[in-house]
Amino acid sequence: MTWLLFAMAILLLGAMAVLLLSRPDRNVSWLGAGSVVIASVLGCVPVIHVLSGGSVEPVRVPWSVPFGEFFIELDSLTAWFLFPTLLLSALSAIYGVGYLRSWQGRRSLGPIWFFYCLLVLGMMLVLLARNAVLFLIAWELMALASFFLVTFEHERESVREAGWIYFVATHLGTAFLLAFFLLLARDTGSMDFTVWAEKGVQAQGLASILFLLAIIGFGTKAGFMPLHVWLPEAHPAAPSHVSALMSGVMIKTGIYGLLRALTFLGAPPMWWGWGLIAIGLSSGVLGVLFALAQHDLKRLLAYHSVENIGIIALGLGAGLLGMSTGSSMLIVLGFGGGLLHVVNHALFKGLLFLGAGAVLHGTGTLEIDHLGGLLKRMPWTAATFLIGAVAISGLPPLNGFVSEFLIFLGAFKGGVSTGGAIAVPLLALIAGLALIGGLAAACFTKAFGIVFLGEPRSEHVSHAHEADWTMRLPMLILAAGCVLIGLFAPVVVGSLQAVLENLTHLQPAAVSENLAAVASPLAWVVIGTVAFLLLLLALILLRRGLLAGRRVETNVTWGCGYAQPTARMQYTASSFAQPLMDLFRPLLGTKKKISPPRGFFPEEAALKTVTPDISHEEVYRPVFGRINEWLSQLRWVQHGKVQLYVLYIAVTLIVLLIWELR
Amino acid sequence: MNALSFIPLLLALILSPLLFGVINRTKALFAGRRGQPLLQTYYDLWKLLRKGAVYSRTTTWIFRAGPMVGLAAAWVAATLVPLGNFPALIAFPADFLLFAGLLGLMRFFTVVAALDTGSSFEGMGASREVFFSALTEPALFVVLATLARQTGQLSLSTMFEPVSGADWLHGGPVLALVIIALMIVLLAENARIPVDDPNTHLELTMIHEVMVLDHSGPDFAFILYAAALKLWMLGALVLSMVLPSSGGNPWLSLALVSGGMFGLAVVIGVIESVMARLRLLVVPQLLIGAGAVATVALILTLR
Amino acid sequence: MTDLILVLVVLTNLKLLGSSRLGASIRVVAAQGVMLGLLPVLAHVHELSLHFAALAVGTVALKGVVFPWLLFRALREAEVTREVEPYVAYITSILIGLAALAASFWLGGRLPVSTVEPSSLLVPSALFSILAGLFLIVARKRAVNQVLGFLVLENGIYTFGVGIVAETPFLVELGVLLDAFVAVFVMGIAVYHINREFDHIEVDRLDRLKG
Repeated sequence: MTWLLFAMAILLLGAMAVLLLSRPDRNVSWLGAGSVVIASVLGCVPVIHVLSGGSVEPVRVPWSVPFGEFFIELDSLTAWFLFPTLLLSALSAIYGVGYLRSWQGRRSLGPIWFFYCLLVLGMMLVLLARNAVLFLIAWELMALASFFLVTFEHERESVREAGWIYFVATHLGTAFLLAFFLLLARDTGSMDFTVWAEKGVQAQGLASILFLLAIIGFGTKAGFMPLHVWLPEAHPAAPSHVSALMSGVMIKTGIYGLLRALTFLGAPPMWWGWGLIAIGLSSGVLGVLFALAQHDLKRLLAYHSVENIGIIALGLGAGLLGMSTGSSMLIVLGFGGGLLHVVNHALFKGLLFLGAGAVLHGTGTLEIDHLGGLLKRMPWTAATFLIGAVAISGLPPLNGFVSEFLIFLGAFKGGVSTGGAIAVPLLALIAGLALIGGLAAACFTKAFGIVFLGEPRSEHVSHAHEADWTMRLPMLILAAGCVLIGLFAPVVVGSLQAVLENLTHLQPAAVSENLAAVASPLAWVVIGTVAFLLLLLALILLRRGLLAGRRVETNVTWGCGYAQPTARMQYTASSFAQPLMDLFRPLLGTKKKISPPRGFFPEEAALKTVTPDISHEEVYRPVFGRINEWLSQLRWVQHGKVQLYVLYIAVTLIVLLIWELR
Repeated sequence: MNALSFIPLLLALILSPLLFGVINRTKALFAGRRGQPLLQTYYDLWKLLRKGAVYSRTTTWIFRAGPMVGLAAAWVAATLVPLGNFPALIAFPADFLLFAGLLGLMRFFTVVAALDTGSSFEGMGASREVFFSALTEPALFVVLATLARQTGQLSLSTMFEPVSGADWLHGGPVLALVIIALMIVLLAENARIPVDDPNTHLELTMIHEVMVLDHSGPDFAFILYAAALKLWMLGALVLSMVLPSSGGNPWLSLALVSGGMFGLAVVIGVIESVMARLRLLVVPQLLIGAGAVATVALILTLR
Repeated sequence: MTDLILVLVVLTNLKLLGSSRLGASIRVVAAQGVMLGLLPVLAHVHELSLHFAALAVGTVALKGVVFPWLLFRALREAEVTREVEPYVAYITSILIGLAALAASFWLGGRLPVSTVEPSSLLVPSALFSILAGLFLIVARKRAVNQVLGFLVLENGIYTFGVGIVAETPFLVELGVLLDAFVAVFVMGIAVYHINREFDHIEVDRLDRLKG
């Protein structure tokens, strides 16, 4: 544990140093990034130790905060989430050095690195905390630090608005968490997580209320539909390395919290599993549909995070169904698939956001329909983005396929042999996950193809330059991670042993038996992958040999004889997604503004589509508008006269005095 | 895994281009023509492999990689598919996930290579291809779930075993519905009428043909061969449900299987000759209809 | 065999929900009527009697020949071939139909009616026909579609009857048939007159009569 304490101390020192030493002309990025990287390396040592079966002494230090205690512990559930946190923090920090270079002279970089270190510290504490007060303080630290990071470019109106939406949403979620912790503390008489895990919930019916509070509270942070409205606003507004960290890791702390809450609540009834599967299906399908409708690359990726959180929820829901029925196969495969997808998503979503940042850095725009042909100018970014796109679509041989394989296998095995109550949600899971996979492939062929391939659609591309090595290195490492997890899938699945034992209280033998049952099909998958790569190599050599002595020419693309083709005649992103968007029009609510070409020699024509978020428009805006109307009737209380405020305070004090002394 | 399990793979690799010849001959006979030779696709492959290539200046390494990735994926997928009584070369629980994944990989790279040309034709085809495949994926998975429930097995080689008369009597409606749904998925995935017309080259009607418009030479040979393999694989799955069991005699199985694939190609040719291509806006209704038929079959297995 | 007929009935209902061509819909309902007319004959093949045979012939004649002829005549008078934009789109209708099918299976299992004879699919497919018929009446605009919905509803009730009651009194069955016949006949005349008066047969526009 001393390693982790040292790591946290270095983060604090680094934050202070960066703030004190910061000046607009001085480059403090190396100091900030360096402290994060050192802290991550130090932190990884105990994490790997715990994940391979070891254990670490907890640290308990009494505190003067009422009910609070500085109690941190590293068990395998925490370790599983801490690993991608540390890895992605370090890589994003290295990336940030190069990315923030363009702000060098204009503004001092001290504050952003200060808040970055605090964000990493906050996330570490959230995962390690075992006392409710410490957890909430760390949660709030995470929220505040990320708020300041999101509003880095606060001179832009859209960024400010995004920051406020994020701030309000995260605090609403925290309110539900507060209710959750208070109810649980009142029931068991302690604020200690280990006590809660042992004693469980005493009162009847309390478990279900607590489950709902946990879903809403942690789900707001994770981004379940319809609590996700802050995600597509906040993630694009933040600087790209922060978006990568937020999307890759911070929303997973919501999933961690939900899992930790499940360990307190005992044996789940069936409707918990159904509920999570329903949430997973709606988040997944609606998330990817809205992603298809976006024009901005980072907004597209943010909606995709909603979809992947939906896939994780599907896995967790299947695991819960397994716990309700005592099927160890469903428990292992469902929870295992969900947990593995947490790590996988951190890797490939981090990679994709860093790639988007490189595109923004190189061209100055993220509008998909203004880009094109970037592969020729940014080959490394394009190659790593391609790996991320194939991984996120769940295609073999990369890591997305492995976690979806686990969830599918669990659902198929469960849905094949059992009766109605279990089979129906699992079969719906199968159909839904297949639909999500197809739509995700559509979305990412669009994103990769329109941005990086074809001809440039505007001048932004002509001055595009490739990212420098500080930005390329993290992307390459993440891409390598995606490939390695895919190639070593059976081994990776075996490492789930420690986490699953801790989370589900199953017998170690049951866990390892079920993991072995899925490791052997995965071994065949790896064999198939290797065969695929060998065949590909053979075909490359064959083609090279065939074309060696022959005429190979280049020419323009066949344009069917157009007299004056332009690059703007290519398929745009909106046209690519149009058939799917028309089919799902009732769910999307897209607004189109058309000024069509008129006359025989039209000069101008324009088409604009906007897809506002449906929960934002239909649910939150009317509700908050109504609340605003009612509460504005109380506005007379705030009139600005200092004397009357002092009068209020005096009256309150006198009333309290009279009440106490009566 | 014995010598017999190599047969599905070998037959697929050798005989799949013959399917196109049979289909084209059937269509020609319906039209009163004599038609191309049955072995035309083999001649085409040989001709293309001996040609040079022309590449567009807009394209990158992705365009050159697309056909090779597609063919390698199709090849590995062919090792997973059983044929009649012959189990596949590689079989393991949930191998259909790898099968669907490899087909998805093939489709991803074909679409991405099409977008690489920077032409609106290929973009149109790519957009329609991902649209239709987003609708056939759920239908395919519902079919697989139905068969898994019906047979209690989780591997392609055991789920798609030939059915005996007793199976038909017992679960007839389910099997019939599954065959119908799988047939529609086959027609959609392989770009046959009524979803796509493989013969026209008009931009308004092309889906698969237009995505590969710019490829030439050995690249196009790889694409043609991969398309043949894909048709063979999906056809083998449909066939395995229709063929009667051969009771262990390998020669009888071989005869049944070859005759069966030939018959299936004739059926596809007949479908192509008597129907017209559906309007593009109506195709989603057909695909969702296939999903609905598969769902009815699934509901029937749940009672 | 009865299983096959009932599955075909379910599929014809789904086709009706998703189809926009009135001519095809009328033919589908006629086919459904013929299949259901033959159902009791095939279910009780070993107890064939003049009663069953006469009833089957009568049902087939009425549902397979007379009703379609009347409806086609109404279509010709009104000069329509297609449904206008319905209240619920076709793909959504099919999805709702699938949900109704699942619900029918679930409800059918819970009804306190023990029918394993002649087929366990009987109650669910009867319920589904009733739901599909009601959906057609509510969600479509042209009057002919509403007549078809009513016919499908009658088919559902009839299927239910075949399963529940072993020996239906002759008079009850004749009554059901007469009921359907009168409905179609009257509707045919009504459609003709509505069309002549208002120049369309869209039922949702009839609320203008409120004045």
